Amino acid sequence: MSTIDDIPRPFVKPRLGKDDWIQRGFMAVIALYLIVALALPLYAMLSKAFSTYTFDLSQYEVQVSDEDGHFTKPVENIANLNARFDPPVIGAGSTNSNGRQKLTGLFPDFSFRSPVMYRFRGTSPEAVYLVGSERHTGPEWLELDSNTFRRVVIRPVKHVGLANFTTYFSTPALTQSVRNSLWIATISTIITVTLAFWFAYALARSCMRFKGVFRMVAMLPILVPSLLPGIALVYLFGNQGMLKSFLMGETIYGPIGIVLGSVFFTFPHAMIIISTALAISDARLYEAAVSLKASRWKTFWTVTIPGARYGLFSAAFVVFNLVITDFGLPKVIGGKFNVLAVDIYKQVIGQQNFEMGAVVSVVLLVPAMLAFAIDRQMQKKQVALLSARSVVFEPKPNRKMDRIFFAYTVLVSIFIAGIIGVCQFAALIKFWPYDLSLSLHNYNFDLMDGGGWGSYKNSIVLAVLTAVIGTVVVFLGAYMVEKTKGFEKGRALFQMLAMLPMAIPGMVLGLAYIFFFNNPANPLNFIYGTMIILVVSTVTHFYTVSHLTAVTALKQMDTEFESVSASLKQPFHKLFRQVTVPVSMPAILNISIYLFVNAMTTVSAVVFLYSTDTALASIAVLNMDDAGDIAPAAAMGMMIFYTNAGARILHALASRGILKRSEAWRKGD
Amino acid sequence: MLDITTQTQKPYLEIRDLWKKFGDFIALRDISLEVMEGEFLCFLGPSGCGKTTLLRAIAGLDLQTSGTVSQAGRDVSNLPPAMRDFGIVFQSYALFPNLTIERNIAYGLENQGRPKAEISARVTELLALVGLPEQGKKYPAQLSGGQQQRIALARAIATNPGLLLLDEPLSALDAKVRVHLRHEVKELQRKLGVTTVMVTHDQEEALSMADRIVVMNHGTIEQVGTPLEIYREPETLFVADFIGAMNQIPAVVEEAGKIRVGTCVLQSEHNVFDHGTAVIAAIRPEDITPMADGVDDADALPANVETMEFLGSFYRASLSCPDLGNISLMADFSINAVRRVDISLGKSLRVKIPADRLKAFPAQQGAQA
Repeated sequence: MSTIDDIPRPFVKPRLGKDDWIQRGFMAVIALYLIVALALPLYAMLSKAFSTYTFDLSQYEVQVSDEDGHFTKPVENIANLNARFDPPVIGAGSTNSNGRQKLTGLFPDFSFRSPVMYRFRGTSPEAVYLVGSERHTGPEWLELDSNTFRRVVIRPVKHVGLANFTTYFSTPALTQSVRNSLWIATISTIITVTLAFWFAYALARSCMRFKGVFRMVAMLPILVPSLLPGIALVYLFGNQGMLKSFLMGETIYGPIGIVLGSVFFTFPHAMIIISTALAISDARLYEAAVSLKASRWKTFWTVTIPGARYGLFSAAFVVFNLVITDFGLPKVIGGKFNVLAVDIYKQVIGQQNFEMGAVVSVVLLVPAMLAFAIDRQMQKKQVALLSARSVVFEPKPNRKMDRIFFAYTVLVSIFIAGIIGVCQFAALIKFWPYDLSLSLHNYNFDLMDGGGWGSYKNSIVLAVLTAVIGTVVVFLGAYMVEKTKGFEKGRALFQMLAMLPMAIPGMVLGLAYIFFFNNPANPLNFIYGTMIILVVSTVTHFYTVSHLTAVTALKQMDTEFESVSASLKQPFHKLFRQVTVPVSMPAILNISIYLFVNAMTTVSAVVFLYSTDTALASIAVLNMDDAGDIAPAAAMGMMIFYTNAGARILHALASRGILKRSEAWRKGD
Repeated sequence: MLDITTQTQKPYLEIRDLWKKFGDFIALRDISLEVMEGEFLCFLGPSGCGKTTLLRAIAGLDLQTSGTVSQAGRDVSNLPPAMRDFGIVFQSYALFPNLTIERNIAYGLENQGRPKAEISARVTELLALVGLPEQGKKYPAQLSGGQQQRIALARAIATNPGLLLLDEPLSALDAKVRVHLRHEVKELQRKLGVTTVMVTHDQEEALSMADRIVVMNHGTIEQVGTPLEIYREPETLFVADFIGAMNQIPAVVEEAGKIRVGTCVLQSEHNVFDHGTAVIAAIRPEDITPMADGVDDADALPANVETMEFLGSFYRASLSCPDLGNISLMADFSINAVRRVDISLGKSLRVKIPADRLKAFPAQQGAQA
């Protein structure tokens, strides 16, 4: 038999047509987008986490003159000079990239009015020092009078290594957050998945009434920022809470509040995944179980649970990921209970310690990446379970069970709708708990700090831009990956880049953007502090789910459309315009509403990136709450809710309209 | 290249030394082939034999690794599909679901500087040609599978391409529709005179439609020939086995024209192997002739009917022939023959294996195929 080495050369080199060039161009542009908006910022952040800065005093020399300006005294190394003091004037500890060290402390009789002159130099080209804001390097002697020498500062040198991590893990206050985060995420995951499973089970396997209403209520939390339940919980169980006695002396500010709020905002995510898993169970397995006279209980454990197991695992990892990366909720209700996401914020915003912020980010990346990777594996196996010949399960009425399930779903629905209801109540009450009269006073955002109505307008602009630009970028990118030929390596790399954002917590992305875009040497520095960077970060943050939605829709389309179109000598963009886009319209609408809603509610990535001109509604909720204006914060949260609910209704109408118009050619979906 | 007996025209499509690899797997090995102008050629073979890969290389949809393809004298080896000249029909129809039938057919006619009226006239003509006038305003999903495939055909020939490529066009259809459409496609091809290459794994389809058949296996061409040649004169055991049914009997060559099976020596006209060569003797079930009682023939073998299956137009019997050793022969008897010779289960009779129908193939060929 011949092997591939026997194939005669030369190999055929494809001649690229016009379409090929255009497609490659598009793919290059979108890949470049992902590299600039994702890969490079992450790289900047990682390199920050592994960089430490110390002052290397031995690299500088000084010579001091006498009163007459004659340099008769010997040249002194700064390190030696410092060592002569006990304790040394300049400590040996590390600093950060912005560190500056004055030198006048080394000269006890220094006076800026003295006629004494100073000669100063670095002994190596790496030795950097500033005179005022003017940068100097190298072994050239610089002669300065006392008044100018006062303004000399030396700059630290950078080392690459694990020193930051050593510091981090030897600081108990910081490592406690790792345990806290893991603990909170685990507890929330167990509670949410259990609640969501029975909720989904009731919807799929019982004949109770009002399933549509329950399904809608379960989806409500998606429409509000994750910190909103925090506000509701403060009203319910806070120091002046309506139901404070329920906690029996425990405080809501801490793990209890975070878990309760996390269950609320992760519930719909778990419910959707588990519902899908239950929906694909094969009815024939149940018929077989009945014919084998298996008890209900046994059928549940041998048919239902194994069938839904990947869905359950997947839901668990998604919830875990959402909770451990969430910032808004623990910020609002965490009290003194520190978690990783809030630590990043505190390090960066509170202490301006960017390196330590980056270190915490890397620490947070580990569980997030792990949960993401496991979830991907689960999703793949779930798909494999789906057999084309499965028979859809039709539940049969069972009075007793249906009543139990009804009662259960009502209870869960009351919890969800109640949280939103409390926020609405808080927004409309004049001054809890002293003046319970209704007013719209709390919607007067312009009277509060936090950005006022302008921030709401900014949010709308961000959401619309994210939806429009994001949908275009995501859909084009998915099209290029899915429907073009050749260029396999490029497409594989692109696919990998597209999956990455899901594994990156928003806080980490936001911090990475600071490091990358706030660098004056970056030609894209101009977008820092503008609406553009908010749009870019939001599109990138929510890229993966949108990309997967688009890819799924494109995969359902016949793979030979492109071949047929090319054989008929029509350009690919004609097919794209006339067939691909119209056929994918439902998916395109789903992507845009997903991006819109998330752009309205997101806090984590943008909290590092907004400026006074681009304050956002979700950030305003956070800041007003921080400032103690909890009622207006609730009101702003409700504004986000109304907007998202309105957008969802518009989306539903548009989808229905499109489906109706395409009824003639769309069968079965 | 095989002798082209009836065709005298120059080749329209020429494939030279074509290789295709996917990673470490070789999908096509050194394929050379010529397709005559106006010819209907079929690539036939089991799944994974490389027939679709070859078709896609001809179309430029998946370029070959090495080798050339030239069409109408032009080297198109490295051109993208849009720069070649062909129409293509896929098993899945690949009709654009959101465009009406008319717009599907007109798709390739647009953007060519043709006036609207001309396009619409051409669409009407094509709809009539494929026997679906009046259906132009419907959407593909509103038509049956067979109708959709006719529309796909109309779309493929709308621009009058020099080459028509059909990739398992009938495989997704019901058996009845398939037989009917087989005939129609062939008629249409004859009427248009367009050079056509079809890929199929269905031997009946290939035998009934093709002018010539290319039988492929493991990325190589086993045999090229007319349907009759392929059926009657298979050149390899693989072809003999793949097309129609075939009895395979291990045998040894006695002398030219004679082979020995067990204790029995059979006449085999086509055998040219040396004495002592191990061969596989092959005979089609329908070539085994039952002898009526009283008719004398020295070559006839006694046989017992072990099983008998009624298959509608004929009976398929399994015979044991003591002279041939411990093997059973599959034989097809017409209903007439069964009545005439009075064949029934358990009965003994004499059968003849005609010398001109008994083939011999080298024994190791079977192992390779």
